[in-house]
Amino acid sequence: MSTPRVRVPRSAGEGEEIEIRTLINQPMITGVSGPDSRDMLARFEAKMNGETVFAYDFANGSAANPTLIFFVRAAAPGHFSFIWTHEDGQTFTAEESVRIS
Amino acid sequence: MSVSRRIFLSGAAASAAFVLVPVPTSALELKSDVARAVDAILDGRTPVEDGISLDVPDLAENGAQVPLTISVDSPMSSDDHVKTIHVVATANPEPGVGRFTLTPHLAKAEVFTRIRLAEAQEFLVFAELSDGRILQAAARTEVTVGGCAT
Repeated sequence: MSTPRVRVPRSAGEGEEIEIRTLINQPMITGVSGPDSRDMLARFEAKMNGETVFAYDFANGSAANPTLIFFVRAAAPGHFSFIWTHEDGQTFTAEESVRIS
Repeated sequence: MSVSRRIFLSGAAASAAFVLVPVPTSALELKSDVARAVDAILDGRTPVEDGISLDVPDLAENGAQVPLTISVDSPMSSDDHVKTIHVVATANPEPGVGRFTLTPHLAKAEVFTRIRLAEAQEFLVFAELSDGRILQAAARTEVTVGGCAT
């Protein structure tokens, strides 16, 4: 099943560069060849304090169990939400908080 | 052959200086669906072969999971930042690999993901900047086992 995993630092200074690593278990079956029907994520979105800071639109060339790594300037209060949307409309979310000093 | 495709081909030699895996110009014969995908991204603009670094293996054992780091030279400030990065495969069943959306909240224009390559091929990266300019780079990866069986 689509279980998201996210890694963020526990704390960071205001404006500091932080690395965010995300992974979700998803077969990303294109249906182009083989017997299985299409099972693909459409989009990933990362929000910091409610505002979109990074997104990725998947396509057939996106690998299974998609990993995305990106670097954000930490801003208070440091609340992050991560949303993966399947092509069928289903969403999977993860939430993390970074203590901002 | 469209104009933007010619421009792309002529620029490929220059872009080789900015990527880790040099791509010979002669190798970049774009299939019609790839040329269409590139035209859609360029939207009439002429790409500049500058400012993009690609970190990708020369040889990928598993084409289903090819690690790719894209780094664009940008301050990522509110008035000078990368808005989108497109990745296009030249020899997959479909050219689309994915599209990154970036914002000035990012500390740098560096992203990592894993891509599928059905066979050894060049892939193309385009970065759209906040001032409307578009950058391009290309790299070639050899593939031991193709990655589009699904």
